[in-house]
Amino acid sequence: MGGSRFSRWLLPGFTGLVVAFLFTPIVVMIIFSFNSPRGHQNITWQGFTFDNYLTMWSRPDITGPLLTSLVVAVVSTIVATAFGTMIALSLTRYQFHGRSIMNLLIFIPMTAPEIILGASLLTLWVALGTGRGLPTILVAHIMFNISYVVVTVRARLIGFNRALEEAGMDLYATESTTFWKVTFPIIFPGILAAALLAFALSIDDYVITLFSAGDTITFPLWVYGASRIGIPPEVNALGTIFFLTAFAFIAVQVWAQRRGGRGEEAGTIAVASR
Amino acid sequence: MPGVRRRLTPYLLLLPGAAWLLLFFAVPMGFMLVMSLEEGSLSGGYHLTWNWGIYPTVVEQYGNLFARSVSYALATTVLTLAIGYPMAYTIAFYGGRLKNALLLVVVMPFFVSFVIRTLNWQLILSDNGLFFGTLKNAGLLDRSFRFLATPGSVIFGLTYNFLPFMVLPLYVALEKIDRRLIEAAADLYAGRAQAFWRITFPLSVPGVVAGSLLTFIPAVGDFINADIIGARSPEVVMIGNVIQRQFLNNNNFPLAAAMGFVLVAGTMILVGIYTRLVGTDQLTA
Repeated sequence: MGGSRFSRWLLPGFTGLVVAFLFTPIVVMIIFSFNSPRGHQNITWQGFTFDNYLTMWSRPDITGPLLTSLVVAVVSTIVATAFGTMIALSLTRYQFHGRSIMNLLIFIPMTAPEIILGASLLTLWVALGTGRGLPTILVAHIMFNISYVVVTVRARLIGFNRALEEAGMDLYATESTTFWKVTFPIIFPGILAAALLAFALSIDDYVITLFSAGDTITFPLWVYGASRIGIPPEVNALGTIFFLTAFAFIAVQVWAQRRGGRGEEAGTIAVASR
Repeated sequence: MPGVRRRLTPYLLLLPGAAWLLLFFAVPMGFMLVMSLEEGSLSGGYHLTWNWGIYPTVVEQYGNLFARSVSYALATTVLTLAIGYPMAYTIAFYGGRLKNALLLVVVMPFFVSFVIRTLNWQLILSDNGLFFGTLKNAGLLDRSFRFLATPGSVIFGLTYNFLPFMVLPLYVALEKIDRRLIEAAADLYAGRAQAFWRITFPLSVPGVVAGSLLTFIPAVGDFINADIIGARSPEVVMIGNVIQRQFLNNNNFPLAAAMGFVLVAGTMILVGIYTRLVGTDQLTA
């Protein structure tokens, strides 16, 4: 194919520029996480400090929301991964009535504007007269995570070789033994990828959470509120920590993929990360 | 008996997840519709009065905001397509062994929270900030120049934040194309441009459609970009900003619910027209 100036310089050059554009706010975030600002205005460079990474752990206004977000992310990930994996198994290995409706029920929440998912849940809470807080946030997070788990696990199940299970059955393994000894280990990377994705979506969600939060404050809600008076440098420090953690997870994923398996899970993680 | 169990298994597997989605996604949509037809106040309670009249009011009062949101989302879709297509094409056709690594590079910035990313853009693009401040100090730009709080700045933020939603489906569609078809076109004396427009591009249309929908739908309801980069200026607020404010600050639930419902219905109609025009049915997730 090679040879033309277009494919050799123009396209890669353009792609490089776009990548630089994508990383611009990340680079600024990392640099300003080491800024030592005077007052609240973290907008000009004042001097290097490592303090932002140290002081935040003793500030309950930061650690409280962070802890809440972690609890929400862990619980919603566990529940959504279990429910989503079951749906994916059902959809890929059984013929039954209502499949297309089920597919729709999974597809629409992923494409609907987030504000609609959040706002309609709020009308439910108002109509039922329930208060809003940690439980309602959890309900919302499990809801939006299920679809992404289904799609991710299903990608892994579609390439699954059923002969392996049949071999297990031929060797007198029961249905449940076959599942736990054969099926589960094979689809486990898909389940893990789905769980990581659900965790990432949950810990970052602002819009849907806002409508179900009441007085409870998660980390993104705190960041949003705090930024009204200038971005606290601790926000950039935490953003940097999140970024590096995600980077480490991705590196592990890529490494695991290199050793076998295909890239579909990474693809879905990519699609869903907002 | 095993036969019955076997027939029930798929439904039992579906049950918890499907029930959750029904109860907390489908049912609330119904509640939102009902809420929009109610009247009352948060303190006095809301009563269903079948107030259909709210819909013409919403369209009349907020029609321009809906139109603005649609135009911002359309501009965003076109821009992400213009930026994302060459990028997805480069990765799919010239990425070689680096394909997966390149894709991860594309999505990596999006592992930082939406809010934090957007706040840092605000910092970069503010009047005397890193970018325009530097240009102004160098005398390259008038002191009074302002980018934040303009329509362009909101579209800029939306384009940045939704770019991966365009690039990834495009990549998937382009990557699937059988290279032998393009070689065959070359063998039949098609030029590069002709081969692209008659083979590659038509085969990538499912990716274009999926990417456009994944960009347009969330963009039209977005309020974070107008809030942060748009600085909540009345000239750039989108319908999402008003829905959010009416729900959470003004507690005008019926009005907000009606606006939400118009947003959903309007988006669905636009998406329906679009998919009908493009005529693709390959929209599986």
